[in-house]
Amino acid sequence: MSDHLGLEVKKVSKSYGTAKVLNEVSFEVRPGEVVALLGENGAGKSTISSIIAGSVNHDSGTMTWKGQDYNPSSPGNAIQKGIGLIHQETRLLKELSVAENVFVGRMITKNGIVDFNKMNSLASEQLKRLGLEISPKQLVKNLKMSAQQQIEIAKALTLNSELLILDEPTSSLGESETNFLFDKIRQLKKEGVSFIYISHRLEEIEQIADKIIVLRDGNLVSSYDNANIAINKIVHDMVGRDVDRIFPTIENESTTETLRVENLNSIDGSFENINFSVNKGEIFGIAGLVGAGRTELVRAICGADKITSGKVFVDNNEINISSPQDAIKNGIVMVPEDRKSLGLLLEQSNSQNISIANFDVFLKSGWVSPEKIKNFSKKGIELMGVKGSVDQNANELSGGNQQKLLISKWISRKPKVLIFDEPTRGIDVGARHSIYQVMKQLSESGISIIVVSSDLEEVVGLSHRMLILSRGVQKNILTNSDNISRVEIMKQATN
Amino acid sequence: MENIINFTKRVFRGTQGTFLGLIVLTIFFSLASPYFFSARNFINILDQVTVLGIMALGMTAVIIIGGIDLSVGSILALSMMVTGWVWDAFGVPLHYACLIGIFIGSIAGLINGLLVSYLKLPAFIATLAMLSAARGLANIFTDGKQIYGFPEWLTNLSVVRHFGFIPVTMLVFIFLTILCWFLLKYRKEGRNLYAIGGNPEVARLSGINVKGTTVVVYTISGFLSGIAGILLTARLNTCVPQAGFTYELDVIAAVVIGGASLNGGVGGIAGTIVGVFIIGVLRNGLNLLGFSPFVQGVVIGAVIVFAVALDTFKKKER
Repeated sequence: MSDHLGLEVKKVSKSYGTAKVLNEVSFEVRPGEVVALLGENGAGKSTISSIIAGSVNHDSGTMTWKGQDYNPSSPGNAIQKGIGLIHQETRLLKELSVAENVFVGRMITKNGIVDFNKMNSLASEQLKRLGLEISPKQLVKNLKMSAQQQIEIAKALTLNSELLILDEPTSSLGESETNFLFDKIRQLKKEGVSFIYISHRLEEIEQIADKIIVLRDGNLVSSYDNANIAINKIVHDMVGRDVDRIFPTIENESTTETLRVENLNSIDGSFENINFSVNKGEIFGIAGLVGAGRTELVRAICGADKITSGKVFVDNNEINISSPQDAIKNGIVMVPEDRKSLGLLLEQSNSQNISIANFDVFLKSGWVSPEKIKNFSKKGIELMGVKGSVDQNANELSGGNQQKLLISKWISRKPKVLIFDEPTRGIDVGARHSIYQVMKQLSESGISIIVVSSDLEEVVGLSHRMLILSRGVQKNILTNSDNISRVEIMKQATN
Repeated sequence: MENIINFTKRVFRGTQGTFLGLIVLTIFFSLASPYFFSARNFINILDQVTVLGIMALGMTAVIIIGGIDLSVGSILALSMMVTGWVWDAFGVPLHYACLIGIFIGSIAGLINGLLVSYLKLPAFIATLAMLSAARGLANIFTDGKQIYGFPEWLTNLSVVRHFGFIPVTMLVFIFLTILCWFLLKYRKEGRNLYAIGGNPEVARLSGINVKGTTVVVYTISGFLSGIAGILLTARLNTCVPQAGFTYELDVIAAVVIGGASLNGGVGGIAGTIVGVFIIGVLRNGLNLLGFSPFVQGVVIGAVIVFAVALDTFKKKER
């Protein structure tokens, strides 16, 4: 037993299969303290928060909470003990009132009938504690994003939470809303509530955190007792690795422009005034944090989402990109971020998956025969070395082979611009390497490639030049020969 | 002979289970009733499933793209009544009147398609609304009254047997079946339907015009219901506004028994035809054995459950 009054995490480890995602991580959170938990995507931040909040079990190590052994069996159990997790995306029931959301799952009843008066008055008490002027009777769907998040906090407070884990609380908030949230955090701190604060926005850490801990590849790499640490230093802790991954060297000296984007503006403000061009055979990276507008930008270029203004040129001819059909016709294709829901027909055959986008390429008329489809698909599958047959369903392939299938679907039509959104997400090291090799071959054959990735090292390792986005704004275009430092990119992307 | 077997195998690929079911039913009724197994009765069955079968062709396409069309029975009645009404009230020559009826059926289908793809109504709701509206319209033209006394050539379509055994109505059914089978299997537009049903967003990002295709599919379903309406008029020699009432249920049942999935992406004409004949053989056989239509309803319900449960079970096994 310990006389520690907050949370103590000691040598907690967690593996999924053979992949170790947390390796003997130890830290503590004292009452009334805000601890910033930092790290790149995949560093283990969400795993450790899920363990503390009771939704994931750890393999080894111990935790104590208020001097007692702490081993939550479920999120409900953790909440009972006073620890709550507030997700990046709010999980409120939009058609119900504020008060109903605060008390969902534990509605107050009187003689078996829901006691709305009591719930409304209790909810309004907590809302006042947060200084919010929101009626508990209002429907959640009518509230702004920031207010919805505060409802989540109010909900946690009625649960008598003493430790709140905030996962990217400001990712969808503006400047003033962020300040408002910080005021509330400071106020609750005084009441003894402690916080674990996860954020990609490094500049705000200094304002709100008391301590900083940094995770990298599941290891706790540094912890600081105050928040006055230079951002450079933190970024270095986050991205520094002992061994660099190996990326193929891809030569490109072409100065012939294939794609040019002028003043592109999104319909929902997720990106503004984007300008860049990509040369023949060039690999062009787009770097930025989650929510910076990377995916939205490339989706717009391939016609998946509408734009409000801007022009796209292929081989110096302006093209229409109002639908995927237009973009595909003009040689722009995309391997999307989520291959299961956006890329593949999972319940259908590999040959159907490859042929469906390419009838115009391999058919002279509109008549198809199973033989033609088979022959065309076979070529595609062999081109990419997909381990599977044409008759197999796509969901019977491994993640890496599904990705290869998707790539062969598009390169079968010899596009001019191939966009990869998160090309190696959820793919093992071997398949990753072969996808890099494919990019090299495509680049050498003159296809222009755009790579979007949350994995900064991947973008830097592959790209000839890269565009840096921060909250939808184009920050810079860097050339790889400038000896791009990841620290510098991170700094610009978090700005 | 071997060629014929191979060809049959290819046509009915993936429908072995239901095909087997059809054969078992045929054998059962042949043993149970002395009247069942005869050329005459088979022609009879074919005659009885003509209207159902033509509507099932359109429904197959609708269900493959992940939709549903509840309005086919009402559209049938609408086409029928429009045909009779313009002939009766305005003296439009009957063959033109038939074309107008089919055209109106297609328009009803077009409206379904527009509601689903552009107003983004769920297909169930859009076609439920059409079920109600088209039935209402069918009654409005003649204030619910029947129309009869058509020229003889119309009835002859279903009565006069060419080549000694086959009336025009049946020929139309056979022709449309072969046409739809070819379009679905050997046209790129047909292959696209499976992609849309599998995942509409994947289909869209692959360059398929999902909205346009959806509109066309519902229009075709309306068009085929219109043709079914004309053929039913020929058979009954009368226009009845109550015609085709609850037909949508038999049609959906036939397509589902034929192996199509209401989740979309799965199904085919061959399977649907087997499904249509299973329903036809059941009704005919039970009739011959003296069971009432009420009992037939119960049996068909049981068959739907059995066929789909078997299919789900097979999928889990894999």
